Amino acid sequence: MSVPISVTVNGRLHELEVEPRMLLVHLLREELNLTGTHVGCDTSQCGACTVLMDGDSAKSCTVFAVQADGASVTTIEGLSAEGGMHPLQQAFWDEHGLQCGYCTPGMIMSGVDLLDRHPDPSEQEIRRGLDGNLCRCTGYEHIVNAIRDAAGGAK
Amino acid sequence: MIPSAFEYRRAGSVDEAIALKREAGSAARFIAGGHSLIPLMKLRLSEPSVLIDIGRVPGLSGVSEDGGRISIGALTTHADLESDPLLLAVAPIVAEAAGEIGDQQVRNRGTIGGSLAHADPAADLPAVVVALDAAIHIAGADGPRAVAASDFFRGLFEVDLGEDELITAVSFDRPSRAAYAKLRHPASHFAIVGVAAALTVEEGVCTGARVAVTGASTHARRLSAVEEALTGSRLDDDSIAQASAAASELGDVNADLAGSEEYRRAMTRAFTGRAIAAAASR
Ligand SMILES: Cc1cc2nc3c(=O)[nH]c(=O)nc-3n(C[C@H](O)[C@H](O)[C@H](O)COP(=O)(O)OP(=O)(O)OC[C@H]3O[C@@H](n4cnc5c(N)ncnc54)[C@H](O)[C@@H]3O)c2cc1C
Ligand code: FES
Ligand code: FES
Repeated sequence: MSVPISVTVNGRLHELEVEPRMLLVHLLREELNLTGTHVGCDTSQCGACTVLMDGDSAKSCTVFAVQADGASVTTIEGLSAEGGMHPLQQAFWDEHGLQCGYCTPGMIMSGVDLLDRHPDPSEQEIRRGLDGNLCRCTGYEHIVNAIRDAAGGAK
Repeated sequence: MIPSAFEYRRAGSVDEAIALKREAGSAARFIAGGHSLIPLMKLRLSEPSVLIDIGRVPGLSGVSEDGGRISIGALTTHADLESDPLLLAVAPIVAEAAGEIGDQQVRNRGTIGGSLAHADPAADLPAVVVALDAAIHIAGADGPRAVAASDFFRGLFEVDLGEDELITAVSFDRPSRAAYAKLRHPASHFAIVGVAAALTVEEGVCTGARVAVTGASTHARRLSAVEEALTGSRLDDDSIAQASAAASELGDVNADLAGSEEYRRAMTRAFTGRAIAAAASR
């Protein structure tokens, strides 16, 4: 039996009917065509599916869409105003923070939560903040550099 | 991975949650943060027919203090515990242990009530609440009751919680000196072993000790032999090492890919020493 929900995604309100077992990541990718949010492991480990729910990072493969009823969700597509790049996106570009790019949307969304909690993070705080995100290309050094860069320049 | 189909209900109060659960029967489940339950449902290791969402029940979230007694609402997330100013000031052990759980995304969603109710053998907070001699506050159709944390955890994923009962809060006295030391699984971040120690110390002598371990066996439990060895002793490197040695007398110990039985016994001893030393220096 479907359940009505209303969820704001990247600033736009959507009124939808969803099956209770639909995961938030499937709502985003399959109903709203926001395929920037990736599914890596589907077992809550890799963080490729990370989005912001009311400002806090969450693994959207581990949230039912019904739990997001009334919430404001931000995906990688909604991070910056039309056309521009968010400072974290620019920093990943500048610092070569991606290889294949699969983990990148999740890394950047975790980066937003991280910089929110630690506006001037130490390397250790960055690595700890990215604990829930795996990069199978193992490009961690550049990812850490990118987040540092976004926080206000190389240290 | 798609879970089995279920019906979804959202509870607006504790009473409504209990009534919905009674009505839906034993195939129904509460869901709080979902960070233990959803992974199980995706693997179809759990297939509830009805999910009762308690995640928005008002009044079940936050930390407060009343006359030296600290109370934490069941829906308080690990992330909220980690940064709570009151806990950081008067019971840093709780913030510290919550901050060691999983990763930021997990801490943003997972709740203390869910962690205690689920009682994963490698979960962190069960050891902390046992060491703090906390009371688990439970609501049910017959009214509220409280149970001591050390009686609440009974076995592997087994707790003293009836089918229609809900954890509403956890409370404990302001600890004097308490600390948590954890050996983290490098991938899952759960505790290979985790030890919580709460001590009272007068002029360098330990006058009371509660030490609890998680990860080592079926459920969080006290290390009574360690507590006995500590009590009455002057706290220094030697006495702490001696008391920690008693930790290896633990009964059945888990063995898995993360560590053999022998390794876990050794780590329990080592992390018992670290937790006691950290608590003593608070
Ligand atoms: C990748 C990952 C890493 C993790 N790492 C760790 C770790 O390092 N250490 C650790 O301790 N935990 C870890 N966890 C588990 C995490 O802490 C969970 O959040 C927690 O165990 C369950 O809380 P929840 O609110 O998500 O509960 P849910 O998943 O919603 O519920 C769990 C169970 O408890 C019941 N329940 C929930 N709330 C209540 C209540 N108030 N009263 C009665 N029953 C209730 C539910 O019916 C269900 O059976 C990890 C989880 C993941 C996904
Ligand atoms: S796809 Fe969600 S954590 Fe990997
Ligand atoms: S860049 Fe390939 S997974 Fe991270």
